[in-house]
Amino acid sequence: MAALMDYLIVSIILLAIGIYGLTVKRNFIRMLFAVEIIINAANINFIAFSTFTQTAAGQSFALFSIAIAAAEVAVGLALIIVVYRIYKDIDVKGLNRLSG
Amino acid sequence: MSDPYFIAVSAITIASAIIALEFKELIYGAIALAVMLLGVAVLFVLLDATFIAMFQITVYVGAVVVLIIFTIMLVRREAWLRLDEGGRRRVMGAVVALATIALLTAMVVSSNIVSGDGSAISIVELSDQMLTYYSPVLIVLALTIASSVIGALVLAKVERGKSIEKEQGEEVQEPTELSSMDLSRADTSHSGSDNDSSSSIDMDMGVGKGSGTDTDIGGK
Repeated sequence: MAALMDYLIVSIILLAIGIYGLTVKRNFIRMLFAVEIIINAANINFIAFSTFTQTAAGQSFALFSIAIAAAEVAVGLALIIVVYRIYKDIDVKGLNRLSG
Repeated sequence: MSDPYFIAVSAITIASAIIALEFKELIYGAIALAVMLLGVAVLFVLLDATFIAMFQITVYVGAVVVLIIFTIMLVRREAWLRLDEGGRRRVMGAVVALATIALLTAMVVSSNIVSGDGSAISIVELSDQMLTYYSPVLIVLALTIASSVIGALVLAKVERGKSIEKEQGEEVQEPTELSSMDLSRADTSHSGSDNDSSSSIDMDMGVGKGSGTDTDIGGK
């Protein structure tokens, strides 16, 4: 079994990839992908610390985090559909104006 | 780092995370995201958290990725393939990512974390803790998910009613707030509540004009 440090490093790399995606990408759906990657990095941290410290609280928090992420994706995709119907585009550079 | 399974699964997970962000076609990116989520689930199995792994596969790969793929199929356009991020933006993003990796790895390695024996947590203990100590959190979580899904449905529903009304060109059955705001903005002289056919034609032109300015401003 790999040590705790290895899981932490994998989680850090996934977090950095997610930050790269949020910084660079201008597509709304790609930014949602990046947010998913960051949430999964956090979940790996939760489960790794929960397993290596023998506490069940980390697994409970990972369950809550996964459920919240599902709700976040539902709202995000509804926002994408609304933005697409108003602007006919999901480039976030043009989304600087509120529409009635 | 002697476990070959861990190394293989980590490599697959990280590679598919990069592919999900960098592949040109969005559908293939979504499939790579599904592979990345499956890799994270296998990492959970390697950490002896099988219940969380099953939950991850059910919720993420079963629900979230399918929802994302359907949304991509709804709103996909060819113009997104030519969306340039710019070389400078990409370089700055890579610099930020590498700085994050360097700083956090240095912090974790320099800290004296000792990894314990790492045996499995029984699912009885997990369920007992979730249903007794965290039961208010569970209730609030259920309310949060229900309200957010209802909010998502409402967000997607208003615009669909507007587009159906615009396609059919009929009298508005139940005028929503959004279409009345479009009407008052585009044409102020017909703001009276006449219910004859001329006002409905004016309203249709007003809605079309409003969406035309939307695309013009959005394209700049």
